[in-house]
Amino acid sequence: MEASMRMLPALLLPEIIVFIGALAVLLGGSFLPRRRQWIARIVAALALLAATAAAVSAMFEPAQTAFSGTFAVDTATGMARIVTAVATLLVLGVASGEIAASPRESDTYALLLFAATGVMVLAGASDLLVLIAGFLLASIPLYGIVGLAGGRSGAEAALKTYLMGALSGILLMLGVTVLYALAGGPGYALLGETLPDAPGAAVGAGVLGVLAGLLFKAGGVPFHFWVPDASQGTGGTAATFLTTVPKVGALVAVYRLVDTVSTGEDTLLFVAAILATASMFLGNLAAFWQTDPRRLLGWSTVAQVGFLLVPVAAAGRSGLALPSLLFYLAAYAVTNVAAFAVTAALPRHQELAAYRGLVRARPGLALALLVALLGLVGTPPLAVFVGKLTTATAAWDGGYGWLALAVMLNSLLSLFYYLRWFAPVFARPHQGAMGFPQPGGAASWPAATAGVAAVASLALGLLAGPLWAALEGPLAM
Amino acid sequence: MLSLIVFLPLAVAAVLAAAPAIGPTVGRWIWVAVSAAELVLVGVVWAGYEDPGPSGLAFEERVPWIPGVNSSYHVGVDGLSLPLLAMTAVVFLACAVYALRDSDRPRVQAALFLFLQGVSLGLFVAADLILFFVFFDLSIVGMYFVIAGWGHGNAARSALKFFLYTFLGSLALLLGFIGLYVAAEPHTFDIPELVAAAPLEGSTFTGGLVLAAVLVGLAVKTPTVPFHTWLPPAHTDAPALGSAVLAGVLLKMGTYGFVRIAMPMLPDAWRAWAWVIVVIGIISVLYGAFVALAQTDLKRMIAYTSVNHMGYIVLALGAVGLLADDAAQARSVAVTGAMVQMVSHGLITAALFLLAGVMQDRSGTYDMGSYGGLAAPAPRYAALFAVGAFASLGLPGFSGFIAEFQIFAGSIALAPVTAVALLGILVTAALFLRALQRVFTGPVEGRSPGFADLRPRELWSVGPLLGLSLLIGVLPRFLLEVIEPAASALATLVRS
Repeated sequence: MEASMRMLPALLLPEIIVFIGALAVLLGGSFLPRRRQWIARIVAALALLAATAAAVSAMFEPAQTAFSGTFAVDTATGMARIVTAVATLLVLGVASGEIAASPRESDTYALLLFAATGVMVLAGASDLLVLIAGFLLASIPLYGIVGLAGGRSGAEAALKTYLMGALSGILLMLGVTVLYALAGGPGYALLGETLPDAPGAAVGAGVLGVLAGLLFKAGGVPFHFWVPDASQGTGGTAATFLTTVPKVGALVAVYRLVDTVSTGEDTLLFVAAILATASMFLGNLAAFWQTDPRRLLGWSTVAQVGFLLVPVAAAGRSGLALPSLLFYLAAYAVTNVAAFAVTAALPRHQELAAYRGLVRARPGLALALLVALLGLVGTPPLAVFVGKLTTATAAWDGGYGWLALAVMLNSLLSLFYYLRWFAPVFARPHQGAMGFPQPGGAASWPAATAGVAAVASLALGLLAGPLWAALEGPLAM
Repeated sequence: MLSLIVFLPLAVAAVLAAAPAIGPTVGRWIWVAVSAAELVLVGVVWAGYEDPGPSGLAFEERVPWIPGVNSSYHVGVDGLSLPLLAMTAVVFLACAVYALRDSDRPRVQAALFLFLQGVSLGLFVAADLILFFVFFDLSIVGMYFVIAGWGHGNAARSALKFFLYTFLGSLALLLGFIGLYVAAEPHTFDIPELVAAAPLEGSTFTGGLVLAAVLVGLAVKTPTVPFHTWLPPAHTDAPALGSAVLAGVLLKMGTYGFVRIAMPMLPDAWRAWAWVIVVIGIISVLYGAFVALAQTDLKRMIAYTSVNHMGYIVLALGAVGLLADDAAQARSVAVTGAMVQMVSHGLITAALFLLAGVMQDRSGTYDMGSYGGLAAPAPRYAALFAVGAFASLGLPGFSGFIAEFQIFAGSIALAPVTAVALLGILVTAALFLRALQRVFTGPVEGRSPGFADLRPRELWSVGPLLGLSLLIGVLPRFLLEVIEPAASALATLVRS
């Protein structure tokens, strides 16, 4: 009790570093001439690297809470911080090719870092009010990123994202209000103690409200409508970021909330299972006939949220649930970045058919795309396979055998549309088709990022064992 | 040792794929050299193999992989896997020799086939369900690219169908594996540990469901009726090498899964469902034979005979689970026959598909009606094809006879009704004789004139495959000595 009452701001070192980095980029960027904006990029990258290092070293500490029990520093937060920082770093790699020397370059970096801080706060929040702060900090820069990077179609995407975000934000706060009132306080430890005795319907309404906000951040059904539009309408940098990083914080937050509230109470786990199934099926079926690679990937990320929600249904029922969620998050982040980075390296190829013959012109890029798409299907020994295997096992272990079946069915469904994309890549090119840009130039940054992310996706799968040991740790409360 | 066998081709494949500087000729010869080295390595393993006893493994290696779910890189061989390991090495070497003159992207082709070889060998030595699944899935990915990249006709569509269909099978399999993991106490994916634990002993419902998932997964790959519909288009449009590997090696992954996973881990459920499996086997035998009889396309015909031949294996393994008095001997004979059939079918079908590839190579069609009197311009081709056909229909003196004789000796002793499947042998004999007659006898007509006879590389790839089949047919002892102890151990495990 003594320890939990203390502030311990040093425990929030990674968040502080990224936030200060964002401020530095924002202010410093205003004084940099446009051709020297790369300095801002370096600063942003350094901040993320320092945050990663701080987060890694924090993983060796025992789980504890900071700021009077409102922020948990445990394995889940640690992994979320690392994945957020590394994924944002990869997004910077995509950005280096796309928005270098553009008018809003350093502003975009600052917004990326602010949003990343928000995501980290979201992941660690063990208090409803901190959760709101994290939600807002992660959401508001996101609207800016979508609008800034996208041009004309970006404006529409930004508006859609904003409206959806505002609605779900209100629901979140409504839910928080209800839960606060029922429990008499916002801390998760208190919620866990008092909510089992509170009226079930009111608790359910409150939790659903909070989940609504988090599902918007994650891009899961039923708050997913902004995802395909935003990933198609905005630039490569923004699309990569918004389909990857916010999910990390949101899903860890969902897990924390569900784990807290569902002690001895299965209804919420069933709700999580239903949400997972809905996201998987809807995302996969909607992706079926898309012809724009970014939009297809947008729907595929909706489906991936479904897969990521599967272990939530086993929260507290299977020892595998939390480690499998964290592993899947890391695996998903690198794999998804690889796929988006390929589209960023070929910005003019906005049709699946235009990828025909890519393997002859750009074998490296084609291979990275293959690894990314096979990875998203869940082909062994790539990282997402280990994620899918362990999450499905956790669900079955937790009593949801049918959810494991749904995972398998959906993997099969997803193979169909990924095949529609990578089959042409390896086919013979048509005469007179649009060619592919030569390697080099601005697009070499996203191409290199795709390669790095694809290699990481393979390495994570092969080295799953050593990593797994670092993922097994209880939640701090 | 086993790791070297698995990873040598994978490593060389990676190098070949990543180094465009390697010329076509060098690439082809690297492929042959590595395949030959693999065969030597497998020979060394065979020479040093001593039976490890019931549910033991020789040449065992184990390294933790995902300790969180008790999955490890665990490999080893026993009497069930060693013959298939050797057969795989032989078939891939034959393919490498056959491809010595191929001109379509030979470097990438060599990389892809070496990848497939490593994956196939890895599957047969895997002693962990997840490791097994990794190789199972990768074999599908590799074969997809072989069909899509080097196929002819409607290759893209056939490849897509193949990928989706067999991927469905692999996911069903994975679901079954997860079921086994969750049911076992302590949770594990290790094959020997699961066999020892027999996790779903006594739970009829869950055991049945898990077995159903595993069976669907393996039945798609095998394939048995009614899950075979991906096979004919895949074979028709695949290149000769792809068909040889697909039929020779990849189909065995399904039947090998029966003896390695389904039967020893779920003996209860296997016994309960034995009749269903026997019936599926009989239907596969008869359906495959009759549909093959109706084909005019030579390659499609061979593809359907695969359904028929795989049906014998399913039939025999199903019969092992049936209730009968004093039948330990018959069970052991049936399992042995099924194992010999796997090896025998691998060798013979690979040879037949390579020979069919020669036809496509020379005149661009598999249509049997387009040929006549082919024996006159191409006597060596005719001779080898006749040998392959006789071997395939189970003529005494060839491996197919040893296999099918034991299958029926065992199965009929256990359940006399399985004798109806003998009709399949009769139909197969009829269809092969008719094919020989149509293509090779009579006046020289159609595309036969000017048909160039077998070239040395074709002779030296197909010849040894059929020679081995003959060797097993005449001197089966060296093979049976390896298989029999493991087969009787399995038979005891299923029903003691």
